[in-house]
Amino acid sequence: MSQILEAPRKKREKMTNTMLLMTISIVIFIALYIYAVLNIQGFDKPEMFLNLINENAPIIIIACSLTIVMIGGGIDISVGGVIMLTVMSCARFLNENQIADQTLGVIVTLLLALGIGLAFGLLQGSLVSYLEIQPFIVTLAGMVLAKGVASMLFEDWKVLQKAQGARNITNPKVLHEGFKALKNLKIEIPWLGYISPNNGKLIPAKIEIGAVIAVVVVICVFLMLRYTKKGRHIYAVGGNQQSAMMLGINVKRTRFFSYIMSGMLAGLAGFAYLIHDASANITSVGVRYEMDAIASSIIGGTLLTGGVGNVIGSFFGTMILVTLKKVIKLDPAIKVSYIQEMASGAMLGLFIVLQSIVLSTRGKGKMRLPEWLKFGKRTT
Amino acid sequence: MKNTLKKIASSLNSLMIPLVALFLLLLFNLFRDVSFFRITLDDKGVLSGNLVSIINSASELAIIGMGMTLVTASCGGQDISVGTVSAIAGAVFAKMLLKAFTVITIPTILLSVLVAILVTILFKLFNGVLVAVFRIQPMIATLILYSSGRSIASWIIVDATTKIEDPLVRYIGMTIPGSPIPTPIFITAIMGLVLVLIFKLTNLSLYTQTVGINQGAARLNGINPIVVKLLCFGVLGVCVTLASVIQIGRIGSLTQNTMLADIEMDAILAVAIGGNSLGGGKFRISGTVLGAYVIETLMTTLRSMNVDTSSIKAYKALAIIAVVVAGSPVIKALASNLWKKIREQVFVGTSKEAIR
Repeated sequence: MSQILEAPRKKREKMTNTMLLMTISIVIFIALYIYAVLNIQGFDKPEMFLNLINENAPIIIIACSLTIVMIGGGIDISVGGVIMLTVMSCARFLNENQIADQTLGVIVTLLLALGIGLAFGLLQGSLVSYLEIQPFIVTLAGMVLAKGVASMLFEDWKVLQKAQGARNITNPKVLHEGFKALKNLKIEIPWLGYISPNNGKLIPAKIEIGAVIAVVVVICVFLMLRYTKKGRHIYAVGGNQQSAMMLGINVKRTRFFSYIMSGMLAGLAGFAYLIHDASANITSVGVRYEMDAIASSIIGGTLLTGGVGNVIGSFFGTMILVTLKKVIKLDPAIKVSYIQEMASGAMLGLFIVLQSIVLSTRGKGKMRLPEWLKFGKRTT
Repeated sequence: MKNTLKKIASSLNSLMIPLVALFLLLLFNLFRDVSFFRITLDDKGVLSGNLVSIINSASELAIIGMGMTLVTASCGGQDISVGTVSAIAGAVFAKMLLKAFTVITIPTILLSVLVAILVTILFKLFNGVLVAVFRIQPMIATLILYSSGRSIASWIIVDATTKIEDPLVRYIGMTIPGSPIPTPIFITAIMGLVLVLIFKLTNLSLYTQTVGINQGAARLNGINPIVVKLLCFGVLGVCVTLASVIQIGRIGSLTQNTMLADIEMDAILAVAIGGNSLGGGKFRISGTVLGAYVIETLMTTLRSMNVDTSSIKAYKALAIIAVVVAGSPVIKALASNLWKKIREQVFVGTSKEAIR
């Protein structure tokens, strides 16, 4: 009897699965980073952390876009292809139209990147939501289409270069002055830097514009998903389509919106890639990005079945993946390239199994809606 | 009699998408160039022509598609590691044949294939355990082998490319002397027949569908979902090994870094074009095989039209989009509504005349 009376006071709010999965990913990331700091040279400098974000800004952005789509119950594997197409067309656009005004050139390129993303978002979104075709197939076709058009553009560029008598044709490099200035524009943080052992000079830590874009995107998408009507609709549609429809949510339009967001973010990711690299290498741009992004969203606690997920978790998921890659690359004990890939596969497997075990010890594998999305008071 | 007719009609209805796509592609080729359909006997006594080469070169895709259909049906997700695991299977096959046996005869080839099948089944069971026991989504569970499979193959067999040019192995990928039909077609037919016999004569087909539609209900009815899922992954392992051996026989060497690249995407596409739901449940292996032939016909058509290799992908994507739009539920419903209206009008018109 006394237990029943005391129960309401002692009871504390149980963590939702979204929060739990996100916490696991953050804990894993911190543990991994501490291991790296202790064992691998170069990780003790804050510069390394910033460099990880600088180098992987596009993956962080598309992890956000995949999180949106996956929360809505779909999937988008065209993002890597869209990045490839965006980078290729933006590089060619900048080189072949010599826009004198430097700021204008950059802005027009950004608009072009967003436009390509929007076009793919519109196409895939309308096919998935209004014609009810399976999202995997639609976005697979989108990926093949984007990669095909990108390689057509590349072949065309090669023919043009040959006609102009150029030698050593490799890949299109951006020569536009305004864009180069944007690439070299870096925010310097002196107090995070270190003193070079060679000449005693202070080398400040640098943040690139691409990294700034990535962090802004993460924050914006987080706020959008959590505090706007549209964002909450996406959770509701992904969680249970039938009940969302009965609540008066326009399911088709919500799904359409999630694909448009995803496409535009992929275009933006292409722009961020071009800022970091300033050249369009057809063999390496965007290859396997979609798988990296899906994996990071899932490590961060998003479910492919929809309705559960968090962008902050996806950010840490991406950081886990890229840190892991860097650690394995820099680890002196592992030298052969195929052992590196095997090790990263094994670590990925370990994380996934760990996550599943932690989940199954509590909710019996059952997923619930995030707490703040539940309507009305909780019973019990 | 009426029942069998109904059955045939319903099965045709569920195979509508691949059949219509195949029909349209062939019709297009008929108007474009009739010589597309020419089949001749070449000087070695082997059938040659576009149609034969389509069925021949779609073999790997069709075989892997069969296994993928089962995994999709029971788990409600896809295995994206088939291409990389096929590299492992090929590496095991080549290592057994060249390093362990050193002599290439029919029994040693069969033994090597058997060992490769066992090893591949083990790898697939690893995926299966992650999916069935740990309840990880199939795409993620197979992502592990997708990213590390080819390096495991490199670790098994050290050389970058291994040549296996023995005529006995080449017969698997080309033709056995005296037979007019390429061997991969036989292997595909036998594999399809065995799977259909196993799944139709026993209750396995029903069990797989039940697990895919509602796992909890299946468990309450005494079906063990874990066993069914593991079995599907095991069958996929056998399929992957066969496809890998065919590919080695076709090329005459093992190239584990590029072998059967991107076949996972094509296999999933074949499953979807075949009219199967990618969310699991009801499945039709014949649909997937037809889907594989649709994809290969499309590629052959594009190639025979002399489309540039760099732009072939873009056209392929457009054609795929056209196929899936034509097969989408909304368009289907619209078409059937339209058909109903037309039929009603014709019917009503004739009946009114009859009354008069």
